[in-house]
Amino acid sequence: MTAQTDAPLLRVRGLKTWFHTFGGVVKAVDGVSFDLSPGKILGIVGESGGGKSMVGFSIMGLVDRPGRIEAGEIIFDGRDLARLDDDAMQAVRGRQIAMIFQDPMTALNPLYTIGNQLEEMLTLHTDLGPQARRARCIEMLAEVGIPQPEARLGAYPHQFSGGMRQRVVIAIAMIAEPRLLIADEPTTALDVTIQAQLLRLMKAQVEQRRTALILITHDLAAVSQMADRIVVLYCGRVVEIGASAALIASPRHPYTRGLLDSIPASHQGRSRLPQIPGTVPDIRKLPPGCSFAPRCPRAAERCRAEVPELTAAAGGSAFACHFPLEASA
Amino acid sequence: MFGHLIKRFIQMIFVLWIVSVLVFVMMSFTGDPTFMMVPLDATDEQIEQARRILGLDQSHLVQYWRFLTNLLQGDFGRSFVFRQPALQLIMERLPATLEIVFLAMIMALVVAIPLGVYAGAYPQRAGSRALMAGSLIGISLPGFWLGMVLIFIFAVKLQMFPSSGRGPTEMIWGMRLSFLSWEGFRHLILPAVTLSVGTLAILMSIIRAEMMEVLRQDYIKFARAKGAANRFVLFKHGLKNALIPLITVFGLMLGDLIAFATLTETIFAWPGIGKLLVDSIYRGDRPVIVVYLMFVAFLFVVVNFLVDVAYALIDPRIKVS
Ligand SMILES: Nc1ncnc2c1ncn2[C@@H]1O[C@H](COP(=O)(O)OP(=O)(O)OP(=O)(O)O)[C@@H](O)[C@H]1O
Ligand code: SF4
Ligand SMILES: [Mg+2]
Repeated sequence: MTAQTDAPLLRVRGLKTWFHTFGGVVKAVDGVSFDLSPGKILGIVGESGGGKSMVGFSIMGLVDRPGRIEAGEIIFDGRDLARLDDDAMQAVRGRQIAMIFQDPMTALNPLYTIGNQLEEMLTLHTDLGPQARRARCIEMLAEVGIPQPEARLGAYPHQFSGGMRQRVVIAIAMIAEPRLLIADEPTTALDVTIQAQLLRLMKAQVEQRRTALILITHDLAAVSQMADRIVVLYCGRVVEIGASAALIASPRHPYTRGLLDSIPASHQGRSRLPQIPGTVPDIRKLPPGCSFAPRCPRAAERCRAEVPELTAAAGGSAFACHFPLEASA
Repeated sequence: MFGHLIKRFIQMIFVLWIVSVLVFVMMSFTGDPTFMMVPLDATDEQIEQARRILGLDQSHLVQYWRFLTNLLQGDFGRSFVFRQPALQLIMERLPATLEIVFLAMIMALVVAIPLGVYAGAYPQRAGSRALMAGSLIGISLPGFWLGMVLIFIFAVKLQMFPSSGRGPTEMIWGMRLSFLSWEGFRHLILPAVTLSVGTLAILMSIIRAEMMEVLRQDYIKFARAKGAANRFVLFKHGLKNALIPLITVFGLMLGDLIAFATLTETIFAWPGIGKLLVDSIYRGDRPVIVVYLMFVAFLFVVVNFLVDVAYALIDPRIKVS
């Protein structure tokens, strides 16, 4: 099968990121593990509140109070980031690992020009002189598809649409050529053609520079075309992980199935989709047993009593379910 | 932007006009100034004549019209006490006041900005809690009490600074200024410190609150994600955003300082416009009071206009809308 030839650049093991709030402990990430090699793309999918962004922030060392990494390892290039202090993490951020933030409307400082905020990245992480920095910024803006990049350098964020800001955020994350790029819903604000263009751009970066990419999204369809492997998160836990083609073709976990069924088949009009019934539960008050049980069509007595463990299956995949779907093929 | 400034300018004129009406009404109802002008043994005829000269025999409307046209021509009347133009009196004493007000403002800003940023960035630290307690005390300390305590400690006990008066001055551009010589500067310190404490305390707690709000924003986290050092994030990305609301209160703050300067000048026998006002009130020197009120209103309006301009310069979002 697709045995990974490279040693992983990133190895996450048993990551737990919890928030100690007055209302109880929010286990936003609760025991997540995965590997990622250089030049590979890992998709992280799941519904809102599943803990996707928190996985990204944990790797960046940017979990806000009252949250903290409770347990687990984040081995990046041989070092455990979970144990680095903030000064050491600062040397990793931006240069080694960059992140594209989810909300383009709020990620840019309103008081500085686009050029200033883009150039800051080069000032921080390269030895380029002012001329070279400017040239590189213009080049990068052009690459993310911003028309008249030279003129736009002096513009402020409020003069850009959401989609344009998203591209600026992408340009900032990519300009210092990090070894790991975490893209948190990088294309949600954009229309389909631009989405495809930017995903291609990221893919090119992955292929040419052997960047490792974590692609976080709601959209299982988009990620399946890009990613080598996919992690499905539900309530902070991995419910299924596997090579993307196999996972799409034959999901084993009922939640993955549900996500797949709610993908609009392309070019088929706006017929109503079978949404997964019910809503994501409050993470502070998860039911005992399988957290998906209240919404699962296959739920049985055992599901409500016993937490399903992540069990390995064929092809390096794994799922956490007592009554998995049949493996086809 | 230009249209905006024009609009603000018209507002400015309007505000000043309203102030002139208020000042006039206030003056018309606070006694008859005729008795300040005439000798004690004046005959009824002499009093009548004085009233005619002052225009007090006319209707209020006519009187106001004369008052306004005089103001517009820069004629603010003469001080009853000093027998010289009231405006000139104010202008002579203005530099003394501006000196302590500006020194107090600068001291307050220089101290309040770093402390406020620290307290906002690390609100849970013991140092920040101590600062906030200190700020609460600073806000509630009465200025006259603080001034007297400072005089007692630094002037009487330690004899480090003089307790009152202005000391030697030097003429620069027609203004008498103290801060250019060491001896003069020593006289400035205690009044300026007294004046700055309240403003410093308020500034610090505003900056702290604004920093706490700003640091929650996504762009701060994004700046951290870029790998910028903590201090760089606080001062480049945090402080500038936190200063925007501060600029709006700056005008009010300056007004506060000028108002409190009256008190401070009285305690330290500092010959500024505040002390002049207090003296003029005691002496019933109406023209000086009128000029003081009009002048302070003018200062207020001009400062707020400048604040508006500064606001537009620092925040790019204003220019477009
Ligand atoms: N400051 C906080 N305090 C308490 N809980 C928090 C805090 N920040 C995040 N959480 C919780 O962490 C959980 C995971 O959030 P996260 O943002 O990772 O979800 P997500 O999968 O990225 O969702 P979305 O698709 O909406 O971005 C959520 O349930 C959220 O309520
Ligand atoms: S464990 Fe049970 S409830 Fe949970 S997903 Fe599997 S079948 Fe559904
Ligand atoms: Mg998210």
